[in-house]
Amino acid sequence: MEEAKEREPIIEVKNLTAGFGEEIILKDVSFSVYQGEIFVIIGASGCGKSTLLKHIVGLYDPVAGNVYIDGDDITTADDIELSRILRKIGVLFQSGALFSSMTLWENIALPLQEYTTLPEDVIDIMVRMKLQMVHLEGYEEKYPSELSGGMQKRAALARAMALDPKILFFDEPSAGLDPVTAAEIDLLVKQINTSLGTTMVIVTHELASIFTIAQRVIMLDREEKGIIATGTPHKLKEKCQDVRVQNFFNRKPALSAVKEKRRAAQPCLAE
Amino acid sequence: MRLFFLGRKRVNLNNTDGAQIRLVPAGRKKSTFFISGSVTVDNSASVREEILSLVPTDITISMVEFDLKDVVVMDSAGVAILVDLRKHLKERGFDCKIINVPPRISGFLTLVDTDSLLELAETKKPEKKFNLILFLGEVTLEALEECRSVVTFLGEMVIALVSLLRHPKKMRWDDFFLFIERAGTDALPIVALLSLLMGLIMAFQAAVQLRQFGANIFVADLVGISILRELGPLLTAIIIAGRSGASFAAEIGTMKVSEEVDALTTMGFEPVSFLALPRILAATFVGPFLTLVGDFVGILGGLIVGMISLDLSATAYLEETYTAITFFDLFSGLIKSVAFAVLIAGVGCLRGFQVERSADSVGKKTTSAVVSGIFLIVFADAIFTIIFHYF
Repeated sequence: MEEAKEREPIIEVKNLTAGFGEEIILKDVSFSVYQGEIFVIIGASGCGKSTLLKHIVGLYDPVAGNVYIDGDDITTADDIELSRILRKIGVLFQSGALFSSMTLWENIALPLQEYTTLPEDVIDIMVRMKLQMVHLEGYEEKYPSELSGGMQKRAALARAMALDPKILFFDEPSAGLDPVTAAEIDLLVKQINTSLGTTMVIVTHELASIFTIAQRVIMLDREEKGIIATGTPHKLKEKCQDVRVQNFFNRKPALSAVKEKRRAAQPCLAE
Repeated sequence: MRLFFLGRKRVNLNNTDGAQIRLVPAGRKKSTFFISGSVTVDNSASVREEILSLVPTDITISMVEFDLKDVVVMDSAGVAILVDLRKHLKERGFDCKIINVPPRISGFLTLVDTDSLLELAETKKPEKKFNLILFLGEVTLEALEECRSVVTFLGEMVIALVSLLRHPKKMRWDDFFLFIERAGTDALPIVALLSLLMGLIMAFQAAVQLRQFGANIFVADLVGISILRELGPLLTAIIIAGRSGASFAAEIGTMKVSEEVDALTTMGFEPVSFLALPRILAATFVGPFLTLVGDFVGILGGLIVGMISLDLSATAYLEETYTAITFFDLFSGLIKSVAFAVLIAGVGCLRGFQVERSADSVGKKTTSAVVSGIFLIVFADAIFTIIFHYF
C-alpha cells in the first residue's frame, strides 16, 4: 500500500455514483490507478464493471462524482478538452468494434489521418508498426470479417494504440476466445506494458488472465454497489475472508452461499 | 532557423515544438543529426520536414547518423519518421544509422522490427490492373448467384405459403398485425399528403394546356384516369418501398448480424416463413388499401385545383370524373398495387437475408432493397401496361 501511494496516480475516481434513471448501479466509488500499472476490475456479471469502465472513458455521465484522467476531469470537460483527454486513452471494446467497411489498414490509419498532419508514407509505417506489435503483419488489406475472433481483438488493440495512448482500457479482452488465444492477448498486454509503460485498465472475470497479468485488482459487487476488495490477486485469494471474494476466486457457485452471512463489513484490503 | 557557429564548425539548430534538431558535420564523409527533447505524434510531421530540409547537399558526405542520446520522449510517430527518413536518405544515396538509443525510448524498437518495416514500406502495394475478362467473369458469377438466391427464396416462400394454407394457426398472426400497423396505418399520412400534392400538380399542369382549348372540364378526366390507372399505385408503391422495403431489409439484416436468424434455424424454425411471410403478407394486404386512399385523395387534389383556378363547380367536376373513369381503371390499379407490394416486400426480405455479418453489408443491402424494389415496380408496371393493352 505504502509503495503504491508513492507512485503517481494517472486515473483518479472520486465518489463516483453511476446509474441509469432511478436505478443506481455504483454508489460513492473512489479509487486510483497508478502510472504504468496493470489494474484489473473484477466482479460477477452485472456488478457494474463495464458501466464503471464506460464512465471512466467518458461514454456515460455520472450521477455524481468526478473522474480525473492525467489530472483532467473528464466528467466536466467541454468538447475541446474532452477530445484532448480522449487522445491520451485507447479503448478496446468487447467485440473489437472494428469498422467493418474498412480494411485493417484503414481502421488503424483513421485516427492518425484525423488527428495528425503526418504524411501518408509515415502513417503507412506507423500502421505497419502497430500491426507488427500485435503480430498481424501482412493483414493490412484484410477486412475485419475475414479475420478470426482473436485476430479481430488484436487488430482492435492495434487501433486502440494508434495514437500511443498513455492508458489503454480493455473491456473483457478474453471474452469468447479460446485459452490459447486469450493467453496470447494477455502476453501482448504484458509486453506492451513493460516495453512502453502504458497503463492498463482491464475489466475481466477470466481467472487465469487475472492471475497472469493483474498487478492490482478491485472487486465490485452488485448489492454493495461498490468496491468490496482491493489488492493483488494472490493475496486476495489467500487472505480475504469475504465469502463473495472467496467464491469468485474459487469458482464456487454462490446460489447456496447467499444465506451465509460471512461478509466483511469493511472492504477487504490485501496489498 | 538560427545559424550560429560552435567552435569552428557551423551548426544548424532548430526548435520544433519541444524537439531540437542539430546537424553537426562529423568528419569529412559523415554528418550527425542530434535530436533532443520529445518527438511525438504532435510534432513529428514538422520534425520530419525540418530534418529533410537540413539534409546536407554536399556530395562528399555519404553517411548520415541520427543520435538519439538526448531524446526524452519518442512515441511510435517518432520511430515512424526515422524509418521514413532512412528510406528517403537511402534513395538519395546516403548510408543511414541510428545511434545511442536511450533505454527509456527503446520500447518500440523492442516491439517492432524496423528493418522489416522499411522493407515493407519500400515494396509498394501492387496496383490492381483492370482485367476485362476477370471483370466479366465476376459480374456473371454475381448474376448467377443472385438468380440462385432469388429462386431459392421463391421456393422457400412457396413452401411457407403451402404450409400456411395447411396449418393456418402456425402463422405468426401477431407479427402480421404488427406489420399491418407499421407498413399500413403508419404510412397513411405520408401517402395521403403525397397523393394530394400529386393530384394538385397534375390538375394544374393539365389545366394550363387544356385552358387554351376551353376544355377545362377535361382536367377531371385526365386526373381521374391517370391517378387510378398509374400514378396512385405507382406513388403508393414507391412510398412502401422507401418505408417498408427498407425497414424489412434492415431489420432482417441486423438480425442476421447478431446471429438471431441462426438462432431461429437451430430452434427448428424456417427463418423465411418465420420472418418473411408475415411481412410479405402484411405488405400485400395493406398495398391496395393504401392505394385506394391515395387514389381518393389524388382526385380530391384535382378537385381543389378545378374549383379554385378553373372555376368548375364541385358537382360538375365529380360528375365528369364519374363518367370518365370505369371500374376497370380502379380494378387494374388495385391489381397492380397488390403485385407491387409483393415485389417490394419480397425483395426487401430477400435482401435482408443476403446480409453478411457486418454493419456495412446492412447498409448496402438496405439500399439495394429500395433500388431493386423501385426497379421491379416500374418493370412490372410496364408488363401490366402491355397485358392490359391487349386484354
